[in-house]
Formats: sequence, structure tokens, C-alpha cells
Amino acid sequence: MSEDPPATITYDGLRETTYLEAIRDAMREEMLRDDTVFILGEDVGAYGGAFKITEGFLAEFGPERVIDTPISEAAIVGAAIGAAHMGMRPIAEMQFIDFIAPAFDMIVNFAAKSRYRTGIGAGIVIRGPCGGGSRSGPFHSQNVESFFANVPGLKMVAPATASDAKGLLTAAIRDPDPVLYFEHKFLYRRVKEMLPVGEEIVVPLGAARTHRPGTDLTIVTYGAMVWKSAEAADLVSLEDGREIEVIDLRSIRPLDIDTIVESVRRTGRLLIVHEAPKFGGFAGEITAQVCEQAFEWLDAPIRRVTAIDTPVPYAPTLEDYYLPQTEDIVAAARWLLAY
Amino acid sequence: MLALYRHMVLTRALEDRLESLFKQGHLVGGLYRCLGQEATAVGSSYALEDGDWLAPSIRDVGALYVRGLPPIAMLRQYAAREASPCGGKDNTTHFTIPELGLLGPISPLGTQLCVLNGMALTFKQRGEPRVCMTYQGEGASRTGASHEGFVMAAALDLPIVILLEHNRWSFGTRSDRAAAVEDWSHTAEAYGLPVRSVDGNDVLEVYEAAREAVDRARTGGGPGVIVAETYRMLGHAQHDPQKYVAPEELEEWRTRDPIRRFERVLVDEGWLSESGCEEIRTSVDAELAEAVDQVLAEPHPEPQTARTRVFADPEEDPEVPWTRVSPIGYADLNLTESRGSQAGLHGGGR
Ligand SMILES: Cc1ncc(C[n+]2csc(CCOP(=O)(O)OP(=O)(O)O)c2C)c(N)n1
Repeated sequence: MSEDPPATITYDGLRETTYLEAIRDAMREEMLRDDTVFILGEDVGAYGGAFKITEGFLAEFGPERVIDTPISEAAIVGAAIGAAHMGMRPIAEMQFIDFIAPAFDMIVNFAAKSRYRTGIGAGIVIRGPCGGGSRSGPFHSQNVESFFANVPGLKMVAPATASDAKGLLTAAIRDPDPVLYFEHKFLYRRVKEMLPVGEEIVVPLGAARTHRPGTDLTIVTYGAMVWKSAEAADLVSLEDGREIEVIDLRSIRPLDIDTIVESVRRTGRLLIVHEAPKFGGFAGEITAQVCEQAFEWLDAPIRRVTAIDTPVPYAPTLEDYYLPQTEDIVAAARWLLAY
Repeated sequence: MLALYRHMVLTRALEDRLESLFKQGHLVGGLYRCLGQEATAVGSSYALEDGDWLAPSIRDVGALYVRGLPPIAMLRQYAAREASPCGGKDNTTHFTIPELGLLGPISPLGTQLCVLNGMALTFKQRGEPRVCMTYQGEGASRTGASHEGFVMAAALDLPIVILLEHNRWSFGTRSDRAAAVEDWSHTAEAYGLPVRSVDGNDVLEVYEAAREAVDRARTGGGPGVIVAETYRMLGHAQHDPQKYVAPEELEEWRTRDPIRRFERVLVDEGWLSESGCEEIRTSVDAELAEAVDQVLAEPHPEPQTARTRVFADPEEDPEVPWTRVSPIGYADLNLTESRGSQAGLHGGGR
């Protein structure tokens, strides 16, 4: 991403904070508050992180708490688990979330099962940039949440806003169990919000948020798709006069099914939007749970708008086709509303 | 000698072109360069024969030209054109071309060694005198996949040559932070593999070492490792201004520039005159200018082709045993008979 850093605007104790800065602030404030919090990963120290999220951390916190590791994701996560067992609160950075793959064994077999097997938890945060839209091809664009969806013992969050980026990360760091924190790289510098300077924000894991209230249709979504869904909702409101409720899950596991069900019972229609491919994606799980809990309230079939079931392609023409677009969401919403 | 020179000149000239195209916004995504490392890739791959296989990293573009890749392919690849070797689906050197014996790497580092081991294993099983060669940054050699690949190559005594490119940097981290060794040949020794350290900026020395290792592998002598001492003269990618590098260090390595050095050898030993070198550079430039114009006029891939090639196509390949179910695992939405669509809406169809 090569945009210029935005000029910082401050007003009445509030500072314009990008999604990226919110992530940085959460880590920094937690490191100041709690000296068991530390960061390890590739290029996080001297270089300040591939996306410059940990810029200045090495100088501020020193090499014992901001650790440049070899390129060895399994060892990074393994070390984080061990440190957590010793009472530390490690944050392991994956340079791109795609590179969580070499650490899969450590996550699904060690971290996720630790508390269940032994009673000793692994309170680690594994965070990294996910998602497409930046023309980065099949290995720097993936959304990996579904790889881990069938593994009990893992929590997963995917913020859409700057305040949630900060609040969810703070909560994740304080959580006694493993949390995978998916930060969408397309939002890093594009999403901004006025946030109180130096003030802690904690967003509890497992609580969804109504991004936009509505009465006629529920869209359940998370991550970057919150913005496209909201755009679609505004368009449908403007052109058709129908009001779509957009629910931003924020946490995808634990899943706030109560909020979803409550909304669907009001609107009678459900569209689920995510950027990951459709087959085996979270939309399928949400569909099943809503059918179990709110079938009688549904006035239309549940629809899903997701990426197509292919790897993430590189060429702009292909990637735009691959990703769910606002017009896909509008079309599916209109179809549901007309049903 | 002249071919070695031409390939190195080509590698650099093409990257200069890519850099201007990048600045003009004609390229898609990041641009990864190998400035200063041309000799390592060109010299080593020159030791291979037809029928051998090679897996580059993203910085070993010179090796691809040596294997016969037309330079226009790299332009198409970075400009994400329809006619690129990946059809726009992947970038950089990530293409596999069996006719040229090229295995495309994936981004997760260290992985191609494991796959190349399988190719080498097949050669061995079939008793074919063929060899595999791969490249790894010293950073990539820290991964679990790389480690397992080294162990397997050694344990099965496979015909494979591994070039460890010690270019001093892994992204923005000095390589001495990524290991407790200073002499990276210890890495190979730890696996019980023969190793030779070479000046990676001396194309002839690289070639000789590669020749020795390739010949040994071809005649049943098993794997070998070459540690090429070199330097990454630019940032990790075009977006990285390399602020963390001491200017004196860069300056020092600039005096060891592999192309300038080889030119001196060529001229001193009477292979080429100064003007002969100049002629080669000019002819390479002319060739590339034409290729650039051609590529920029070419189309990007059609959006719908994003859906193709996830699996073998039963229409094209009668061997595919299933034809009745949708390979993506669910039927493409057919909403025409549903109530929503009878209201006249197409419904997005995703
Ligand atoms: C498993 C994995 N983790 C992280 C990355 C991100 N990454 C891409 S290149 C790179 C540095 C590579 O350094 P090195 O192997 O020394 O090669 P060089 O870039 O110096 O040629 C990193 C960390 C990756 N590609 N794969």
C-alpha cells in the first residue's frame, strides 16, 4: 500500500486515527500497561513491521519485548505458546496472514487444545494482515478464518472500524485463550475515526455490533465487507426506500448468534456477506444456526454473497471479479426484498 | 562467455524497464528486483542441461532467461496480461513451464525445495541422469519447510543442487539476526551435505561451483549446496527505500558489481572489446523496447477467466472420472424458477 500517511487531525482530545494506528495504539498501550505483553515476528523490530505497524516500538520497548525472529512461523507461534504458559502475554505477528499456514500445527494442535487437555491455557494473540483488493495475488490476499473454523479452542476476530480494531485487540491481548486477530490490509489506511487519545478501548470478544439499523432485511458480515454492505444498504435505501440492517460480527468465534437471530426475527430476511470463498465459509454456519433458531420467521431463502471458489487471482480484472462487489450485494438484497 | 554476459545484461536491463513501468503505474502489485545478484542466478543455471529442472526464488530471474524464458514473459507477468505465463492469476516468477524445466515457487518460503525433492526422487527412481536446482535466500532457509527439505534431500541422497543466496538481508532484517552462524556453509554441513562457498558476484566462480555440484548429482553423488556470498542492492521490493542500510556498505558492494566485473574479465581476456559490450547492451535494450510496447498494447485477462482452471476440465480431459457434480461443491445459483427472480430480478448470481 503506497498511500501517503494521512495528516493527523486532533480535536478536543480526539485524534483522527486510522485502522492501522488503532492496532498500533492498542499494542503500545497494552505494552505500557502490562510488562508481560511483548511482540515477536518477522521484521517487527528494526524495520518496524512490513506495514510499519510496530514502527518505533524497538526504540521504546527494547529488543527483549520487540523481537525480530527468523522466518519461522511455527517457531514463532510455538515460542508464544511457551511464553504464555510462563505467564507472558505474547503477540505473534504473521507478516501476512497467509503465512500462518506453516504454523498450523502449532495453532490447531498445540494452542487450541492446550487448556482442554492440560488445564493450562495458551493466552496468545496471533495477528496479521488478511484480505484482498491490493493486487497481491494468491499468497498475500487470503482470508483464512475458515481454515480454523472447525477447530474448537480458538477465538477469532475481524474488525471493520478503527475503534473495534483497537478495542478487540486490547481484549484479545487480555484474553486467557488463543485469539486469531485478522486485520484487513485494505482498511489499514482507508478507514479512520476520531478516537480519544491514550484512552483505553475494550470491545468484548463475541459481541456483534449493529453498523446500520434497518427493518426490511438483515445483512450479516464482518471485516472489509462491512463497508461494501453499508454502501449497498445506503444505495437500496436511497433508490428503493427499503432499510437494510447491517450487522458487523466483529468476532467470528465466539459467534454472537443471539444478535443475528434477533435481527432476522424482526426483518424476516437474511443475506450473509463475506470475502472468503463460499464453500465451507462462515456463511454456511450462520445459515444453519439461523435455520435452527429462526426458520419460522424467514420470509425468503437465506442468500450468501462471497468470493468465488478459486484462489485469489492477481490481475485486477480477475481480482475484481473474484471479490464480492457492492453491486453483487445490492442485486442479492433486491432479490431478497422482492421475494 | 558472451551468453553469460548477455543474460546478466538482459536481467538488469529488463529490471530497469520494469522499474520505469512501475513508476508510470503500468505494473500491478509489487516489484521485486535482483540488482547486484545477477551473477548468482545466471552462472549457476548455466550448469544445467535440457531435461533438468530449476525452481527459482523471486530474485533469480536471470536463471529463467538462461533456461529459455523469453524476457517478454516477465513483462507480461508483472503487467498482469492475459498472455502472461500465469494468465494473470499469479505474479512474479510464480510460473511452472515443463518445456523449460521451470517449477514456479509459491510465496511461503522454503517450500519449493520440498517439491523439487519429489522431482529429483522421480529422476532417481527412473534411473534418469537428470538434476534439479533451486535457490533460497538465507532467510528462507530458516523455515521449517526448508529444513525438512534439506533433511529429505540428504536422507534420500537426491540429485539436487541448492543455491543459498546470502545477500545479507531478509526483508528489513539483517541475516545475522536470523541465525547464530556467520558462515552460512555451516547450515549445509549440519545436514551432512557437501558445500562450497563462492563469491556470488563472480559469475565464473558460481558457474564452476555449480558445474561441479551438478555433475556430482548427475552421476549419483547426491545433493550439494553452494553458498553464494552476494548483496541485495535494493530494498526488499520497490516500496522499500532501504533506509536501514548503511550507505558505505552499499557503496562498497557497488564496487563489486557482477556485471562490471565480468566486463573487465571479458575485455582483459580479449573476449569482447568495450564497444562489443556496448553493442550487446544496445541490442538488448532495443529488444526490450519492442517487447515493452507490445505488452502494453496487450489486454488484461477477461474477468470470467478467474473461474477457470481450479480443477482439470472434464470437457478437455476425458480422464477426469467425475463429470456430474459441480467441482466447486455446489450448483451455481439458478434462480430463474424462484419467486424472487419471477419479480424480474437476476439476483447477482454469485
Ligand atoms: C513462510 C513465509 N513467511 C514470511 C514471508 C514474507 N517474506 C517474503 S520475502 C521475506 C524475506 C526473504 O528473505 P531471504 O529468504 O533472505 O531472501 P531475499 O529477499 O533476501 O532474497 C519474507 C519474510 C514469506 N514469503 N513466507
